[in-house]
Amino acid sequence: MKKSEIPDPFAAQRSKCGYETIDDQNDPVTMLLRHKDVRKTAHNYKTFTSEAVPGRIVVPSEVNIRDTRQIPFEVDPPKHGAYRSVLEAWFKRPNNAGYQEALTTMVSSIIEEMLAKESLEVVNEFALPLQSRALTLLLNTPFKESETWISWGTHVFRSEGEALDADKANVLYDYIERELDRAIANPSDDLYSVLMQSDFDGRKLTKEEAKGVMVLTFAGGRDTVINAVTNAIAYFADHPKSLKRLRKEPEIITNAVEEMIRYFSPLTHMGRVVTEDTQVCEHAAKADSRVSLCWASANRDENVFENPDEIVLNRKINPHVGFGFSHHNCLGATHARQILRILLKELSEKIESIDILDLKENIEQWGRFQRKVGYHKISVKFNAITP
Amino acid sequence: MAKITFITSDEQRITVEGFSGSVMALAVENGIKGIDGDCGGVCSCATCHVHVAPEDVTKTGEASEIETDMLELDDHADQYSRLSCQLQISEVLDGVVLRVAK
Repeated sequence: MKKSEIPDPFAAQRSKCGYETIDDQNDPVTMLLRHKDVRKTAHNYKTFTSEAVPGRIVVPSEVNIRDTRQIPFEVDPPKHGAYRSVLEAWFKRPNNAGYQEALTTMVSSIIEEMLAKESLEVVNEFALPLQSRALTLLLNTPFKESETWISWGTHVFRSEGEALDADKANVLYDYIERELDRAIANPSDDLYSVLMQSDFDGRKLTKEEAKGVMVLTFAGGRDTVINAVTNAIAYFADHPKSLKRLRKEPEIITNAVEEMIRYFSPLTHMGRVVTEDTQVCEHAAKADSRVSLCWASANRDENVFENPDEIVLNRKINPHVGFGFSHHNCLGATHARQILRILLKELSEKIESIDILDLKENIEQWGRFQRKVGYHKISVKFNAITP
Repeated sequence: MAKITFITSDEQRITVEGFSGSVMALAVENGIKGIDGDCGGVCSCATCHVHVAPEDVTKTGEASEIETDMLELDDHADQYSRLSCQLQISEVLDGVVLRVAK
């Protein structure tokens, strides 16, 4: 097995019965494993709500560590759509040429920095700083803020060895509170200020709502982006020919990014709470129980994807659900896509090959399933293209 | 070459010319409002949804199963719905009118 490979632990169960119930802090979750069920359930917000007690649709559940509702993530239509329309234009800014130029400079300079090193640990020295620096563009905040965010480590809710860490979450919450207070006192052109001035439903957004948006923005794009970037580096280390191919055919970079999102599925699954007794995949789902939409499994469904366990760089039809599906599809996807497109372009133009020196896989445990989602650590050496 | 007309949600009628590639890419190049083409045309995001004028359906042809499955879960879809990333520009499409869904 290649070091960069991400196995699909759900294959057998997906074809056998299509779901699996796992425990999570005595609030069990039925994971839906088939592409079709995942998309149908994601679309049906009336029977499968996101608007439960804050934190309950997340697996593992965050009900014990937060009360703030993440917005628009934990709100159902039609209110969800109203929030989303307030945010849509801001979160599409990564499509602007100026944004992409600034991001290109960031990506290019961190690659140059890494080329000067004998070895680098990708998660902490490359992916985390890149994610944090790029986030200053999405928030339109000063670059130096990224230093604070880098100091928080890879997951703003999790610290080493503990899946759910209330103390760590408070660091983020307190930080966001302070920033919102600053934006209220001295508005600027950053996201905090824009939120506090936004009209919603005939009034201004409240500070609690703005906080809900900011927590989502920080938390949703943290380990997901870090895993995607790190996994891409590992993939190129195992497949130097793919780097060459992208150098020769940059026009397939967009497809390559979608394919990596499918294959990596940086977020394994997301939950919903059942609002009425129903059936899904011939499984009886009781009101007030939880199901989860397993993006990682759906993205390897052999009924939808040919050669599902292979990265096919120029895969043309790719209805993956790596950014979720339907109403709640990822708000940060435009930003994430630009990071990855620019990363692939810059790597292909600067790097000949990558050597993996040492690694420790990050393996999640979901009931009896073990799913590799990325790496805790992976040390590599970047080899420059010699002219 | 094909002349393609988009009608946006604010009732603007914009006719553009394309030679090759997808209708989605042509719309994005020309800044047609409501066509984002987020996923770049791999049938994953449905941000390029259009309604084909009924008289032009013979020109655009039928959607594939993957495209149909995607549209089935779109609340604004009807029998004239297509994802414009799946419409390849050729002379056959000359003169079609597409109403942008979003």
